[in-house]
Amino acid sequence: MSTVARKKSLIWDYLTTVDHKKIAILYLIAGGLFFIMGGIEALFIRIQLAVPNNDFVSAGLYNEILTMHGTTMIFLAAMPLVFAMMNAVVPIQIGARDVAFPFLNSLGFWLFFFGGLFLNLSWFLGGAPDAGWTSYASLSLESPGHGIDFYVLGLQISGLGTLIGGINFLVTIVNMRAPGMTYMRMPLFTWTTFVASALILFAFPPLTVGLIFLMMDRLFGGNFFDPALGGNTIIWEHLFWIFGHPEVYILVLPAFGIFSEIISTFSKKRLFGYSSMVFATVLIGFLGFMVWAHHMFTVGMGPIANAIFAVATMAIAVPTGIKIFNWLFTMWGGSIRFTTPMLYAVGFIPSFVMGGVTGVMNATAAADYQYHDSYFVVAHFHYVIVGGVVFALLAGAHYWWPKMFGKMLSEKLGKVTFWLFFIGFHLTFFIQHFLGLMGMPRRVFTYLPGQGWETGNLISTIGAFFMAAGTIVLLVNIVITTVKGKKAEADAWGDGRTLEWAVSSPAPEYNFAQTPLVRGLDALWVEKMEGKKGLTPAEPLGDIHMPNPSFLPFVISLGLFISALGFMYHNDHSWGLMVGIVGLLITFGAMFLRSVIDDHGYHIHKEEIIEAEKKGAKA
Amino acid sequence: MKKWLLNWRLFSLFSVMALVLAGCGEPFISALQPAGEVADMQYSLMLLSTAIMVLVILVVTIIFVYVVIRFRQRKGEENKIPKQVEGSHKLEIIWTVIPIILLIILAVPTVKATFELADVKPMNKENRDKEKTLVVNVRANLYWWEFEYPDYGVITSQDLVVPTDERVYFNLKASDVKHSFWIPAVGGKMDTNVEESKNQFWLEFDQEDAEKAGGIFYGKCAELCGPSHALMDFKVKAVPRDEFNQWIEKMKNAKPVVTDPVAKEGEAIFNKSCIGCHAVTPVDNRPEQARTAPNLGNFGDRERIAGILEHNEENLKKWLKDPESIKPGNTMTNTYGKLTDEQIDALTKYLMSLKVE
Ligand code: HEC
Ligand SMILES: [Cu+2]
Repeated sequence: MSTVARKKSLIWDYLTTVDHKKIAILYLIAGGLFFIMGGIEALFIRIQLAVPNNDFVSAGLYNEILTMHGTTMIFLAAMPLVFAMMNAVVPIQIGARDVAFPFLNSLGFWLFFFGGLFLNLSWFLGGAPDAGWTSYASLSLESPGHGIDFYVLGLQISGLGTLIGGINFLVTIVNMRAPGMTYMRMPLFTWTTFVASALILFAFPPLTVGLIFLMMDRLFGGNFFDPALGGNTIIWEHLFWIFGHPEVYILVLPAFGIFSEIISTFSKKRLFGYSSMVFATVLIGFLGFMVWAHHMFTVGMGPIANAIFAVATMAIAVPTGIKIFNWLFTMWGGSIRFTTPMLYAVGFIPSFVMGGVTGVMNATAAADYQYHDSYFVVAHFHYVIVGGVVFALLAGAHYWWPKMFGKMLSEKLGKVTFWLFFIGFHLTFFIQHFLGLMGMPRRVFTYLPGQGWETGNLISTIGAFFMAAGTIVLLVNIVITTVKGKKAEADAWGDGRTLEWAVSSPAPEYNFAQTPLVRGLDALWVEKMEGKKGLTPAEPLGDIHMPNPSFLPFVISLGLFISALGFMYHNDHSWGLMVGIVGLLITFGAMFLRSVIDDHGYHIHKEEIIEAEKKGAKA
Repeated sequence: MKKWLLNWRLFSLFSVMALVLAGCGEPFISALQPAGEVADMQYSLMLLSTAIMVLVILVVTIIFVYVVIRFRQRKGEENKIPKQVEGSHKLEIIWTVIPIILLIILAVPTVKATFELADVKPMNKENRDKEKTLVVNVRANLYWWEFEYPDYGVITSQDLVVPTDERVYFNLKASDVKHSFWIPAVGGKMDTNVEESKNQFWLEFDQEDAEKAGGIFYGKCAELCGPSHALMDFKVKAVPRDEFNQWIEKMKNAKPVVTDPVAKEGEAIFNKSCIGCHAVTPVDNRPEQARTAPNLGNFGDRERIAGILEHNEENLKKWLKDPESIKPGNTMTNTYGKLTDEQIDALTKYLMSLKVE
């Protein structure tokens, strides 16, 4: 079958694709849409808090918005956008033609997507969850209506997708590296993806267990969290944070990876202290599991536990500090080009340092009794997650946009976005440290005048609008680029060092006509320095085996979506149970089909490849 | 000599920071204007950690600014290829070891303070001197606070009254969902859990600082607990020990004394519609499950109505007319039938007469 003959409609193509590059685009679009929704929720929050005693939204609605803002941003925006970057880049960076399990890759996306859709359906079906993204058990059990059920079921579905995605990347990186791509030659983004995937593997199961307990309590008469019946709500807090703290690193490690690539590329220097960067990454990943209870200093665990978790948390600052200095010294002596991605990287360093040092402050348990659940903490984690992760995602999007879409985003607009976002970010969150210290608790739908918080809140709200403006400019940039952007070269920025810059932009379906031979760290740079144009091939040109697209991942995920709807209503409506079971039958039926249908994939023939490569080279 | 210099510098850094921070917030609610032993301890930790962190930020910023300015690509350098440096063991050891030292400097006082703040032995002693060591049971409820003085058999709500210049010990629990008990100016928070095992901690209220703050500290619920979480405020009256003793004596013997005919009418309505939830004497022997509403024994002396509204007749009427419009989701709404304006006036007269002072 030829590639041309297989062209179907664009939509069907994306519904069935198992190609990591197209799945990356799906993640980017879906994650981007959720990011905008989460952003609108954030604006509502800031408008409500702009002045004391405001009634822009009601108390109950505010709690729904704040819950959905957090949940959406973490699970439905940051996670999938990180996955978008991983999918777009990692397989190419290690010289592979795809991920280890393309079918599972697609399944991971659709599970995330239907989980997110399910969660957001709550807005139209009686109200969104309202117990915060942490959904602490006593409150989440009391919460009336089905909001929390949407949270519990939606996150189970999308969490399954994340888990599958994580496992897929672990296997891909272990098994699919090109000849010569030893572990200590892997680009840092691949390394951080690897460690983050391992964290996903260990962190998501505790969350799933917690969610199942909560689901049992709410929908099926369980008593895991009911103290009157021998349950214990603190268990939820532990389960949640055993997931929740590593989750921060799941997000921020790939962010570190993205910045490592960008800083090295635009300083025209190899990463300073590569091996200590790898070591620091692994160490952070490991320590990330040892510190969850620092979210619970005020729960009453006693001074021994608090002291241990305080010291363990401080320890994480050391490998993080190593990274910061390595980035600085990568730039030291370099020839720095301030492209848009580099601006984010440069802006990230002081911003993230701020978030890091307030993290250490939070770790001082005795003082954290003051910080905890105040706006100080809100400021801290936004410095980490916006200053670290969101900056990285914006940087990565600008950096790899040509690789994903074949066109360069406008640098001029890119820089406008950066400055608006950067200024808005600091305007919004810096002052919040002080609001917290001045006694303002977090998660308040309003505050009374006369407590000294008016100015700070107003400034914060103004900042949020700058960020919104930055995002709008980015959207405009994307539209303009899509319509009439400049076609990008293979090495789009001219200073590419890693393998993804050796293949045309966008990368061909099969990534590499010939699997490359990797001859050192920064494989492409090594070749360039020897005056070569392309990579050294590790195999002769031949037919390439490709997996067939499949609609089944969509169906499997849809089945779970339907099933969740059914079980959610099974106590209110007699049809609930039926629908729940039908949904599961759809899922298992599709899985059964997947198991019994023989699918040998197809081949792209040598001649087609030669043809395609010629075209790619010309463009 | 050198050491002295260093100390002096650190000291001046501290004082500058303290000055900057002290300008922040209101004395009755800001953690930056500590008004007791616990808040002081936490404030010093804040200053120490901030000083260390400012140091780190300074170092990073200096290198950062230098690098960004010095090593930017200039015109004509487009094809320059910088030296590809692998790393430097010496540098890497430096930026591993120095942070470790800084963290140890921070960790030691942290651990010490953590244990100090958890020292509740005096309240759990078999033969505690009840005159000297005050214990208060705090019970957090959707959206109100109950304060019980078990040694005196006295219960009050919304306004916590404590003696100054001594450690006061607290038992903390919640009766519905989890809340968190926080008096920012006086000390960090502790959660009120729904489990049987109560949390315990202590606070100390400074007489001088209390005066500076106007005699009243603001207290907050710091754990999301429902729609009116933001309105779950309480107030703390910190008074000298003598004054406290007098107050608690009065509370022990307080009974509603109603003379005014309108208030009498109010009392009758109250006894019909409200008494099932609200007690009107501070001595309330019902079990806590039965105490489903704020004790109104000294309602007339309160700082606020329902924890948030200014304490006057007009606001009380507003509350009685439609509590939902003031605290969404509160558990009093729709539990007592419709009241006419006359009934509300009568109730207001009655409630305002419930005083011990
Ligand atoms: C179902 C129990 C219940 C009934 C019946 C009830 N209340 Fe309440 N009341 C509450 C609760 C609970 C609160 C605390 C609400 C909050 O702050 O969230 C409260 C608060 C108040 C307050 C404010 C207390 C303070 O310390 O500031 C007043 C005054 C009050 N009620 C008066 C009345 C009157 C008068 C009636 C009868 C007409 C009445 N209540 C009937 C439960 C009840
Ligand atoms: Cu509360």
